Amino acid sequence: MKKIIRLILAVLIILVAYLLQSTLFQKFTFLSVAPNLLLIVTFCFGFIKGKHYGVYVGFLCGMLIDLMHGDVIGFQTLIYMYIGYMNGYFNKLFFDEDITLPLVLLILSDFLYSMYYYVFAFLLHNRLDIQYYFIHIMMPELFFTVLITVFLYRPLLWINRKFDSMEEGGTK
Amino acid sequence: MKNRSHVRIPAKIILILLTVVCLVCVVMSIANPSFGSGARNTAASVIVPMQRGLNTVGSFFTTKAKDRQKLRELQKENKELTEQLNSLNEEISSLIQERDELTRYRQLLDLDGSYADYTKIAACVISGDPSNWNDVFVIDKGSDDGIAVDMNVIGAGENGGGLVGIVYYVGKNYAKVRSIVNDDSNVSAMIAGNSEKCIVDGDLKLINDNQLNLIQLDQAAEVKEGDMIVTSNISNKFLPNLLIGYVTDIETDANQLTQSGHIRPVVDFKHLNEVLVITQLKYTGNEEEEK
Repeated sequence: MKKIIRLILAVLIILVAYLLQSTLFQKFTFLSVAPNLLLIVTFCFGFIKGKHYGVYVGFLCGMLIDLMHGDVIGFQTLIYMYIGYMNGYFNKLFFDEDITLPLVLLILSDFLYSMYYYVFAFLLHNRLDIQYYFIHIMMPELFFTVLITVFLYRPLLWINRKFDSMEEGGTK
Repeated sequence: MKNRSHVRIPAKIILILLTVVCLVCVVMSIANPSFGSGARNTAASVIVPMQRGLNTVGSFFTTKAKDRQKLRELQKENKELTEQLNSLNEEISSLIQERDELTRYRQLLDLDGSYADYTKIAACVISGDPSNWNDVFVIDKGSDDGIAVDMNVIGAGENGGGLVGIVYYVGKNYAKVRSIVNDDSNVSAMIAGNSEKCIVDGDLKLINDNQLNLIQLDQAAEVKEGDMIVTSNISNKFLPNLLIGYVTDIETDANQLTQSGHIRPVVDFKHLNEVLVITQLKYTGNEEEEK
């Protein structure tokens, strides 16, 4: 039962993140590059809940993007999954109130994602001008993603804590 | 969390499994572009309606925001334009005033040119007689400026200028002028072409029509409508050949000796603003003797 509720909640969060990113965030014309909400979700699940969640959520997020937008199914799924998994490693270092480590991890994750995407989707098509993509795509995305996370991280933590305590109350 | 871990397959295994699944998918979809279209369609059928809904909401808000921004811009613009309009209106009215002034000065200048023989002093009309019975006015030049009693005053009209009146009182820095339309004003005049003498008589009843009486013109004198009336050379106060006006109608009097009628003065007495005072006095033998 708990697992089902957790699953539903996770799917819901992923869906909301995806919908927001694919619709509303595209409409904010002042954001030339939208923040990567799905990456934030994957990261948060991995970092806060551990490797299992990281892998599952990353897989779902990536699969959603691949199915809806990608040409090659599995291409983005792989990187999301690995990001979720790797952040799961740092779950041991997770403390509620610390925000520095998650931000550093998030920056690394986003950078990794950007580089992965660039190398496989652009570099292999002979798009060699990495400087341009770095300045115009990667950096803004990184910036907005971090910015959003700064505001989103604590509410997410709060939801998680509430859920945990509720779950424990339910088991008892 | 730890009490549940024994049920779980290690994350590493799951990762490896899913990686293999992904790689298979990648290879399959590269090899066959239509791979997974069923899954795609299923996902799309769930996601697309939601996106559409969210988009509607989103565009509602962005439209609202844009509208509000536009409203603010328009209000600002409106304010600016109103201010601009006000300042322009002010400018226009001051320009109109200046233009009118310029027109009057031009007319005055023309007048000055048409009586070039005389030296004149320009003066402004500063007040009129408070009563309704007299048509006299005060000018802003007096004895300090060289004005003296009996000096002739001329003014500009729309079609040329002519006689306005005569100075009858001089103060230090002002002078009073009795206009020729005043009821007690009599000007010795003549018809410009043939020098037939007559009297131009002011009449209170005719002031509002802007007309003067023309009287005591000899029965034999040839005169018709439109003839020019000027001050006569035998007048003892008015300089000769100052334009007074034009004959509007004329008829023989009951005594069969004289003709009388009306003339329309060239000067618009109702709208006098600036006048010229001719400083030269009429030379008469009498005055010489008195002195």
